This record gives sequence, C-alpha cells and structure tokens, in this order.
Amino acid sequence: MIRAGANLIAASMRALTGVTVRWTDEQPDMRQTVYFANHTSHLDFVVLWSVLPPPVRALTRPVAAKDYWQSGLRKYLAVNVFRAVLVERAGQTQVPGADKLRTAEHSLELLLEALGGQNSLIIFPEGTRGTGQEVAPFKSGLYYLWRKRPDLRLVPVYLSNLNRILPKGEILPVPVISRANFGAPLQTGPDDSKQIFLEKAQAALCALRQA
Amino acid sequence: MNFKLDHQMVLIFQGLFGLLVLASLAGAILARTAKSEKGQATVENLNARVRAWWVMSGIFAITLIIGPNGSTILFAFISFLALREYVSLIDPFPADHRTLFWTFFVITPLQYWLVYRQWYGLFSILIPVYAFLFVPTRLAISGETQKFLDRASRIHWGLMVCVYCISYAPALLMLNIPGYRGQDAKLLLFLVVVVQLSDVFQYVWGKLLGKRKIAPNVSPNKTWEGFIGGVATAVAVGAGLYWMTPFRPGEALLMSIAITLSGFAGGLTMSAVKRDRGIKDFGTMVEGHGGILDRMDSICFSAPIFFHLTRYFFER
Repeated sequence: MIRAGANLIAASMRALTGVTVRWTDEQPDMRQTVYFANHTSHLDFVVLWSVLPPPVRALTRPVAAKDYWQSGLRKYLAVNVFRAVLVERAGQTQVPGADKLRTAEHSLELLLEALGGQNSLIIFPEGTRGTGQEVAPFKSGLYYLWRKRPDLRLVPVYLSNLNRILPKGEILPVPVISRANFGAPLQTGPDDSKQIFLEKAQAALCALRQA
Repeated sequence: MNFKLDHQMVLIFQGLFGLLVLASLAGAILARTAKSEKGQATVENLNARVRAWWVMSGIFAITLIIGPNGSTILFAFISFLALREYVSLIDPFPADHRTLFWTFFVITPLQYWLVYRQWYGLFSILIPVYAFLFVPTRLAISGETQKFLDRASRIHWGLMVCVYCISYAPALLMLNIPGYRGQDAKLLLFLVVVVQLSDVFQYVWGKLLGKRKIAPNVSPNKTWEGFIGGVATAVAVGAGLYWMTPFRPGEALLMSIAITLSGFAGGLTMSAVKRDRGIKDFGTMVEGHGGILDRMDSICFSAPIFFHLTRYFFER
C-alpha cells in the first residue's frame, strides 16, 4: 500500500518537475551509496529519490532537517513514505558549542544506524538551502561519515532548476523543467584530511554543473 | 461526444497510415545501406523522428475522433508543456514566481475553457489584452524592478506563443461555416497535415538537395532548396485535399500557401529564440525532434493566421 503510494508520489514528482536525468557513470545499483547533492529547495530530496530506479529507491533514505519535517502530513510522508532520517541541524539551533558537538555526534550515530548493512543515503552537505547560484562550503558531516564507513560509494548529484519550481518561502509550485546530473563515484585517498576531502567532494559536485 | 466517423476523415487517416508505413520501410532500408558514421547518425535520427510521428499521429487521431473536447484537452496539454519548456529557458527572477504560477494554472486553463465554451469574444482578447495588462501589474506588485521590462515582455511573449497561438488550433472547431456544420474537425486536420507535411518535406528536400542557406546565423539547416521543395509539396497536397474543406481547389491552394509560409516563419522565429538562449532544442520530450516547442513552432504561427483567414472569408 505504502509502496504503491510511494511509486505514485515518485511518478507525479517526475511529471511536475519534468526532470531529465543524466547518469555520468553507470545507473545506480544496489551497492550501498551516499548520494550527496546541492540544496536549493524542499523538493530536492524528493526529486532525487523519485528518479532512482524503484528497487534502489526502496533502499535509499534521505537525510532531512527535523525542524521542517516534524509535524502533521509532512512528518507522515517523511517517516512512512520516504523513510527519511530526521536530524537536528546543528547550525540552526542556538546552543553552546558543547551541545552542538553532542548534536552532531548524535546525528552521525543516526546516519550510521540508518545505513545498516544495505541502505543508501541522500545527503545535502551544504546544510541549508542556497540560492541556486553557488554551492556553499560543505559541512563536515560527510567527512565523518566517510571516516566511519570508508566502504560506501560517494556519488555527487547536481540538481538544477528545482529552486525555480519551489523557491524558498513559496508554497505554490511552478512547473519548470529540472535536471539531475549523477556523477562518477568520488575518488578518495585513505589519508585525505578533512579539508582536502571536503574540497574534493565540493569540486566533484560543482563539476557536474556544466555537464 | 460524437463517435460517428466522418468518411473523408477516415480516408485521410488511411493516407497518413500509408505514408508512415512507407517512411518506416524507407528508414529500415536506409539503416542497412548507410555506410559512413555521419550517414548512420542521420538515419538513426530519421528513424527516431518516424517513430515519434507514429505516436504523435496516433494521439492526434484519437483525440480528433473523440470530438471537440478531445482536441481542446490535447492542445491545452500541449500549451502547458510548451510553456514549461519556454519558461525553463528565460531565466526568471525569484520575484517572478507567483506571476508564473498565474500563467500556468490560471491563464492557460482559462484560455482553453474559453475555447471549450466557444466564447470567441473573450478567447481572442484574453491574452493580448487582459494578460498583457495583468502580467506587468503582478510583477510590479512583487516589488522587484530590476530588468522589469525584460521580465514582463518575456513572460507575456511566452503566453502569446505557447498558449494564445496554439489555442487557435482547437479554436478552429468553433467556426461556423455555412454548409460545413459539424465538420470543423477536418479544418484542424487540414491545418495540421499541411503544416507538418511542409516541415517534413522541407527536411527531406533539404537533406536531398539543400545547398544555399537561407539564414545561416539563425538556422543552419534551412536551405532555399528545402524551403521551396517543402512548401511546393505541401501546397500541392493541400490543394489536392480541397474536398475535405469548405474551400474550392484554388482557395485551398491559397490557404495552403498561407499556412506553409506562416509555418516557416514560425520555425525561423523559434530558431532565433533558441539561438538567443544558446540551445539547440527546446527539450527532449519528443524522440528525435527535441521538445514539444520544436514540433509546434510552425503550428504556433500558422494556426492563428489560418483561423482568421477562414473566419474572415468563409464564416457567415
């Protein structure tokens, strides 16, 4: 029942956004993957999730901000349909440094638990929605996740035009054609420092912009 | 709804079916004989186009058989998709969001509702007058004044081309021509057949004989040989189809000339728009053809002209 609903939502999402998909490498498969994308709209994870092939989609869980998805219908959709992992946004809460660290550690634990032995994740490492012009510097969560689970594939996905469909602060969508460009898995070195790793990841995402 | 099939319409469908079978056969033979890599690519694109023609002809025939409401809904849908392709290209400002929402979900449905109600008076001025005044007003309310004139013109231009002009195709069904009652669907069929045959034969003649380019800066594929051959072929077919129209043979010939020339103008203008925006095709929706707008460009310009010529000279 929920599965059918999920397929319906995915199909209508693809219809509304007229999304064209480009796989630079191969089509996504069942291997455990972290898809990381630029963030410009609330639609981002829904669209990314909806263009994945159904069997892959069923194993892929978006990571979303708890403060946006915590009430009513949104929560129902997030938890039951998208099976989202809801995390606190450390940058968003007005808390002292120590608590911030604890929040971050707690979020990381949630992600590792959600991944388990077979699931994949969708992550927006910019942390918050941008204007669609620039890709903001990445938060360090992706790096710590990779340190704990270096076996995961990290696939960059550049989403364009979604901010035009539903920009910040708007409720009604305008059906503009959007694009999702999937890149090749990120090449990492075992000794990459946090800074180098995050720069590599950001560069890989930005490179898809023109593709 | 009227399921009674017009005998003449059936004849045209049979003709189209034969033409498509012929095109598919020719494509299959060419695919075996093409040697060079460039030739292979051309044949592959040709076959993709033929496959898309099968689908488009099928959809068009079904909606035409369903009756006026079928055609109105089909073209409403086409307008919506065309406007979506257009808006995706014009780099709107975030402040334009709500104005764009109005164009998609209020103005477009309203225009086709007027076609459905056959309310000619308002149908013909909704977008040229009311939307023309509404769009800049709504933009002004949004408070963003940067590039105001650019934004207002782009949005209204899109409405005119993608919604207003295309809506003239199903509007042909509201014409009231003496001695032609209940047969208006064949006018729409006539327009679509002539304009699309003109496009197809311009492509075919251009590929076979094309040398002298008409406007190399705008569209490198348009040649005088293709243009003259395509227009002549389509006009000959159009004149030969006079029996399905309210026109006499000579009138059908002149109408076909008006349709093909305005259709060509549409193709040229929309090519200029694509050049301006730095793209080759408007989209990827129609296999081998590009987007919906790439296929509709000639209809956009010929439908209003054909409608008004017919209305002026033949309606009571």
